[in-house]
Amino acid sequence: MSNDIKIKNGLTIKLKGAANNIIKKAALPKFVSINPSNFHLIIPKMVVKVGDSVQQGDVIFFSKKDERIKFCSPVDGIIKDISRGAKRKIIEIIIEVDEKQNTKSLKKINHETLDPENIKNILLSSGCWPFIKQRPYDVISNPSDDPKSIFISAFNSAPIAADLQIILEDQKEEFKNGIKILAKLTSGDVNICVDKNSSSFINKLDGVNIHTINGPHPAGNVGVQIHHIDPINSGEIVWTLGAEDVANIGRYFNTGIYNPVRTIAVSGPPVKYPQYYKTISGTELNKIIDDAGIDSKDSLRFINGDVLTGSTVEHDNYLGFYNNSFSVLREGNHYRMFGWIPFINNKVPSIYKTSFSWLFPNKKYDLDTNMNGEERAIVVTGEMEKVFPMDILPMQLLKECMAGNIEKMESLGIYEVAPEDFSLIDYSSSSKIEAQYIIRQGLDLMISEVG
Amino acid sequence: MNIRNTIDNLKKPFSKGEKWERFAPAFNAFDTFLFVPNHTTKHGAHIRDAVDLKRTMITVIIALVPALFYGIYNTGFQYYSQLDIDYTLMDVVIHGSMKIVPMIAVSYIVGLAIEFAFAVFRGHEINEGYLVTGLLIPMIMPVDIPLWMVGLSVAFAVFIGKEAFGGTGMNILNPALTARAFAFFAYPTYMSGNQVWVSEASNVDGVSGETILGMLANGTSSLPYQPIDMFMGSIPGSIAETSTLMVLLGAFILIYTGVGSWRIMLGSLIGAAITGILFNLWGVNELMSFNWMNHLMVGGFAFGVVFMATDPVSAAQTVKGKWIYGLLVGLFCILIRVFNPAYPEGVMLAILLMNVFAPTIDHYVVEANVKRRLNRIKKPIINMA
Repeated sequence: MSNDIKIKNGLTIKLKGAANNIIKKAALPKFVSINPSNFHLIIPKMVVKVGDSVQQGDVIFFSKKDERIKFCSPVDGIIKDISRGAKRKIIEIIIEVDEKQNTKSLKKINHETLDPENIKNILLSSGCWPFIKQRPYDVISNPSDDPKSIFISAFNSAPIAADLQIILEDQKEEFKNGIKILAKLTSGDVNICVDKNSSSFINKLDGVNIHTINGPHPAGNVGVQIHHIDPINSGEIVWTLGAEDVANIGRYFNTGIYNPVRTIAVSGPPVKYPQYYKTISGTELNKIIDDAGIDSKDSLRFINGDVLTGSTVEHDNYLGFYNNSFSVLREGNHYRMFGWIPFINNKVPSIYKTSFSWLFPNKKYDLDTNMNGEERAIVVTGEMEKVFPMDILPMQLLKECMAGNIEKMESLGIYEVAPEDFSLIDYSSSSKIEAQYIIRQGLDLMISEVG
Repeated sequence: MNIRNTIDNLKKPFSKGEKWERFAPAFNAFDTFLFVPNHTTKHGAHIRDAVDLKRTMITVIIALVPALFYGIYNTGFQYYSQLDIDYTLMDVVIHGSMKIVPMIAVSYIVGLAIEFAFAVFRGHEINEGYLVTGLLIPMIMPVDIPLWMVGLSVAFAVFIGKEAFGGTGMNILNPALTARAFAFFAYPTYMSGNQVWVSEASNVDGVSGETILGMLANGTSSLPYQPIDMFMGSIPGSIAETSTLMVLLGAFILIYTGVGSWRIMLGSLIGAAITGILFNLWGVNELMSFNWMNHLMVGGFAFGVVFMATDPVSAAQTVKGKWIYGLLVGLFCILIRVFNPAYPEGVMLAILLMNVFAPTIDHYVVEANVKRRLNRIKKPIINMA
C-alpha cells in the first residue's frame, strides 16, 4: 500500500557544508557517555557506580518512574565518572572503553515464534526500549501502552541533515528485521514515510504502509507525517522510531548483542570534509570532529542534531543518543551596522522578500548563530502558518502554551505536535520567539497535569 | 568598529547593577538602531531568519514613502491652485514640507517619548511599532490641524489605544486610527467640513476645498474632478490619502515583500466593490449612484485598507479570519459613506469597528478548527479502509 502526501507549507533552508555520500568507519572511542538529558523527563536510578566494569549490554541505569525501562552500556569498559549537578541530579555517565572488546557469541533470536509480550520484554531488558518514543509528548514510550500505529520517518528534510537512505544502505537486512518485530507491537499499522524524490529499498517492503512525502521541510518530521496519515486524537498514542533505531532493534534480534550503531552526518559550513561516520551512540566527538576538519574550535558551535533542533555541545563532549546529524556552525556574536535595513546584508536568507536572497533560489548560505534581531512581542501574524504544514493554528497554540491553559492547548492540538515541528517557526519568527522551547514547556505541563 | 567601541563604553553605566540600569531600554533602542546586536541563539533553532521587527517596520515605512511624498506635493499643489498666482514645483514642495514635516516631528517626539517612558517604567525593550504609527498619524490628518492637536491625539492613541492594553502586540484598536478618531470627535471643526482639506483654505475666500465625498454627501451631482484625478490624487483630502496610485505602489511593496496581508487588502477591495455595485444598482442618491470604481479611489479607502486595516495586531489573525475581516471592512466602509449623513468618509470607522470584531471573527475560525479536529474521531473506519 502506498500513499502520496504533498506538503505545501514549509521552508527549505539551503546551507553550505552538506555531508558527502561517504561513510567512514570511526575508530573505537576511548570514552563514551550516556547522558540522561537525551531522554526527556527520565530520572535515572543508577545500577553501577564509579569504577565498576561493565560489559556491552549491561544495565547502567533504569528509569525511576518505570523500572522496566533500562539503559545499557554500548561497550565493554569501566565506569569512569558519574557527574552530578544541583540536587545530585545525574548529568552524565562516562564509560572508559576497553581497548580490547570481548568477542561475544552471537545468538539469533527468532522473533517469529514470540508473542508481543515476549518481544516487549526482550526490548526492555536489552536496552533497546529507549529507541521507541511516543506521541503525544515526544518522550520514551510506555511499555504498557498499545499504540494505534507505529511511524518511522525515513526522510530527513532538515537543512544539511543526514540522509537516512545513505545511513540505511548497509543496514537493509537489520532494518527489515526491525520492521517485522515492530509490527508485532501494535494492533494497528506500521507506517514508513520516504521522500518521493528518492527511490529506496523501503518502497518494496511488504507488510507495512509506505507513504511517499513530497515537499519542503518539515515534510520529513514524523509529527507532520502522522498528522496527514493517521492523526492523533485525545487519548490515542502513536509510537515513533528513528530509521537507524529500527535497524538497531533488528540487529539485536539478529545477534543478541546490544549495539546502538549511530551513523552520523558531520556537516556545516565550517567543516572541511563533511561526511558520514559510522560509530556508536554516545561516542566521544573530538576525534570525529577533527577528522572531518575544522580550522579552530574557537567561535564555532557544535550541535548534537540538526541546525534547527539540535542541542549545543562542546568539542570534547559526546554524541547524543538519538541524533543522526552532527552540525557545526560559526558563532554569530558580531554586530552588523544598520543590519536591519531591508535589501542590504543579503547573506542571510529570509521568508520575507526583504533581502535579495530570493533571487538566488539555489544559492547555499553560510549562516551563523546570530539572532538577526531581538526578541519582541508577537506582532506579525500569518508568518507561522507559512512554515507549519498541519491543520493546527500554531500562533494560537503557542499563546495558550505560554498562558498554560490546558483545556485550550488540548483542543488546539498539543497532542499532535513536538518541539521539532516548531523549529521553522523559531527560525522564521520576526519577533524571534522561542517556539520550540515554549512547546516543550507546554508538553511538560500536559504531562504533569494530564499524564 | 570604533563606533562600536564608543557605544560599548557609553553603554557601561546602563548595564546590570550599574547606576542607570533602569534606562537601559532607552539606550538599547539607540544601540540596536545603529547595530544589529551580537546576540546568538540560546534555545531552539541555531540559525535565524534575517527578518526582525525592525526590518518589518522599516519595510512598511518604505511602502509609505511614495504616498507621503505625494501628500507633500499635493498639499502645496492644492494651496497654490486656490490662490490663482504663479508658482513653481519648488514652491509647492516647500509649502507642503513646511506643513507636514513639523507634524511628523511632533508625532514622533510625543509618541516616542511616551513609548520610551513606558519601556523604562515596565523594563522591557522598546518596540518598533511606533515607527510606523508615528508616520501614519500625520499622514491621515487634515493639513491645517494645529500641531498641539496632533500631539494630543498621539498622546491619547499611545496611552489609551496602546499602552493601557499592555503595549505593542496587545492593543485592540489600530493606534493611528485611534489618534484620528480622537481628533475627529474632539475637534470636529478641524476634522471635517469644506475648509480643512486644503492648506489655508479658511483664509482664502470663495474657494471650495471640499472633498469629493463631502460634495456627494451635500448632493452635488456634477463633480469638478475626473476619475483620473481621483486615481492620481490631485484632489483635496487628508494629507497622504488622496493618491490611489501611490497607495497602490505601497501595496505592491507590502505584498511583494510579504509584510502586508494581501488577503485583507483583496478582501476589502472585493467587499467594497460588491457593496458599491449593489448601491449603483439601487442608486437613490448621489453617493449611491457614484460609480463603484470611483468609490474605491476617493477618500481614504485605498490608504486605509492598505496601511491601516492590515495592521497585524488589530486585524484578524487567522488566515480565514483575514478574508472575513477584509470583506467586512470594505462593506462597512461603503455602507457608512452612503448611509451616514454625519460622516461622508467611512473607512476610519469601518476599520475601527472591525478591529473590535476581529477577535470575535478569530474566535469562530479557531472554534471551527477545533471542531474539525474533534470530528476526526468519528470517522476512523473510513481511514482504515
